Amino acid sequence: MQKDVEKNIRKILADPQLTYPQRLKELAAAAENTPDPVVLTEEAQWFVDRDIVFDMGEGNAPYRPRYVLPDYDKFMKQGSEFLMLEPPKDIWDAVSNLLILYRHVPSVIGGPVYIGHIDRLLEPFVKDEEEARHAIKIFLTSVDRTIGDSFCHADIGPYDTKAGRIILELSAEMQRPVPNMSLIYNEHTSDDFACKAIETGLVTAKPSFVNDAMYTADWGQNYAIVSCYNALPIGGGGLTLGRLNLKKLADICENREEFWKMLPKAVAAQCEQMDKRDTYILEDAHFLENTFMTAEGLICKEKMVGMFGIVGMAECVNKILHLVKPEERYGHGKEAEEFALEILDKIHEQVTAYKPKYGFFAMHGQVGIATDTGVTPNTRVTVGEEPPLPEHLLFTAKTQKHFAAGIGELFPFEETAKKNPEAVLDIIKGAFKENMRYFSFYSKDSDVVRVTGYLVKRSDIEKYDAGQASLDASTVLGAGASKGLRIFERSVRNV
Amino acid sequence: MCKYGLVNKIIPFSCVDGPGNRSAVFFQGCDFACRYCHNPETQKVCESCGVCLKCCPTGALSMENGRVIWDSKLCCGCDSCIQACENHSSPKVRQMTVEDILAEIRSALPFINGITVSGGECTKQHAFLVHLFREIHKQGKTCFVDTNGQLDFRKMPELVSEMDMAMLDVKAWDMELHKKLTGRDNKIVLQNLDYLAEIGKLYEVRTVIVPGWMDEEETVRQVARRIAAYPSVRYKLIKFRPWGVRPPMDVETPSDAYMEKLAEMARTCGVREIVCT
Repeated sequence: MQKDVEKNIRKILADPQLTYPQRLKELAAAAENTPDPVVLTEEAQWFVDRDIVFDMGEGNAPYRPRYVLPDYDKFMKQGSEFLMLEPPKDIWDAVSNLLILYRHVPSVIGGPVYIGHIDRLLEPFVKDEEEARHAIKIFLTSVDRTIGDSFCHADIGPYDTKAGRIILELSAEMQRPVPNMSLIYNEHTSDDFACKAIETGLVTAKPSFVNDAMYTADWGQNYAIVSCYNALPIGGGGLTLGRLNLKKLADICENREEFWKMLPKAVAAQCEQMDKRDTYILEDAHFLENTFMTAEGLICKEKMVGMFGIVGMAECVNKILHLVKPEERYGHGKEAEEFALEILDKIHEQVTAYKPKYGFFAMHGQVGIATDTGVTPNTRVTVGEEPPLPEHLLFTAKTQKHFAAGIGELFPFEETAKKNPEAVLDIIKGAFKENMRYFSFYSKDSDVVRVTGYLVKRSDIEKYDAGQASLDASTVLGAGASKGLRIFERSVRNV
Repeated sequence: MCKYGLVNKIIPFSCVDGPGNRSAVFFQGCDFACRYCHNPETQKVCESCGVCLKCCPTGALSMENGRVIWDSKLCCGCDSCIQACENHSSPKVRQMTVEDILAEIRSALPFINGITVSGGECTKQHAFLVHLFREIHKQGKTCFVDTNGQLDFRKMPELVSEMDMAMLDVKAWDMELHKKLTGRDNKIVLQNLDYLAEIGKLYEVRTVIVPGWMDEEETVRQVARRIAAYPSVRYKLIKFRPWGVRPPMDVETPSDAYMEKLAEMARTCGVREIVCT
């Protein structure tokens, strides 16, 4: 054990592909992993040992929630006593205060996974448009270069604002993967603003569109999209993310009967692990007592939830039902669809009935990790097996119902869509009416592309693969996923 | 009568056939024979000569009672039959009812602004289109007509009243050049241009730029002058491209710079929205 730790640390110390902040983070992770993992019951451990239940490698001694969502609106109103910041008076104060607070927002990545509804935060300070553009450009550049992780997420919308338009224009101009971005879309979003967002998205793969009606029904209006496409309450966050690998669960089951017997046990195992890890963060690490954000009312215990993730639905259904014919496989056949929906209903029922010590658990469609091979993210149809786009959209929407903590699918479009953003908007409007939660898209020719939920630059992946360090930690994950999940081979939509 | 339409192809989603996302229905049959036609297989109705049977690699084509039958399940979509056809037709054309078409675009309906009927020349089946449009309108969707204007719209009042908008090709301004390019004169086309614009049902005029085969500058100028009085009408200038053209034409695809020059000409004449593609 000791030898391994030392070897690992020595490797991190000298790894040429790590920048200094990335090296620090890796060293912290190595330290965090020196204690043994949180102790589970024998039954739960059985599923963990088989990688069916996975703690996402968040660390053996979790000392902060996976995702923290400070109430930035409150912060803008009150400033911060601890950080010695007055409430901002102009656009320069505003961006400076935000950038300072970001340094103090913990999460499983190096920086914040949520940086606020940035158009709403900055709009009151947009007086002179050119000055605002200058300030926002400095702001976005700073976020990209210092946070360096495309799990860092900004929200905009639903209203058409000057700040929102400046943010979209700069995003198209800068073509950087950080921050990831979502447009909260509802009946107040004008077609004109939505089309501007689509034009931006076809250049730089962001923003994605959020079906606000559905998430408001789950959380009320005070939620945000963070990280890939996680939906969580503002003023709290997601304590841990557990991941149930349905493919691996199916691998140990011969038929439906066995699967139905094992599923509740696996769900229970994951609930137990999440519950214990959540408790560790709050009781052993005293996270909330140890941050000024609690004292200043930016976060509170009541708004902390656990995220129950799943992956590999496609493989699970195909394996258990022995589906070989293309027209019968997951995403195509009726039986496959019914079975998948039944699995989701069962998981949802059990997860919502579970009463953890803190908060509650909400379902999340996990997007995969870099080392996954042959496991399709969340409830998606496997790359290469996508049905025609209309059927694909309808199918995807049906599988997204229970995922209050976020789920997303993404659609690459041909160049021609750039000349007719209204066409993409028609598709998004239709998808949202069919109860799709979240819609990501990009143009197949863009340099910035969406891997599974986060963004990378193709050109950065090429450099990383050639052995160079990358500013953006997500590039490292993207380099893995481009091989393991064949992300660059996703079916391109010719509308 | 007009219970069936002759349909060459249906594309569930298209972003190049009118406003927003549209299902495009391509009808069979056209009285023009444009030299640069990109889908010449839509021009004529199948004569069941059987030439295509021999080249089908999957046995999807057969002859029954003197008629060529196409089995969509066996078809691999290689289009060898279309290449072999000497009649500018296709064995894959289907007789479809309004219900058949609706069933085929059912899953696309939530995601489209409407449908566009194209071809071939769809107005040759105008009576069928009227029925189709009534049903599509019941779904709350719009109906656009993509036409080369070879039939007089004033003589198709039911279609005019049932359609939302038309998109009209003006292939050349000079009558002789038009004849050389398409086999027909453009008298009715130009009458349709005025008529559709006057009644507010002209969404867009399109001209394919084929240098050496037409009076492109004169065409653009004259069309632009006509539509400048109707600010909502768009003018779409399309580069000649060699895809699908049989036999191949010795024409170079016009440069972006030349297209921009033509667009500028139209703009000077007062056209508000010009799209080059």
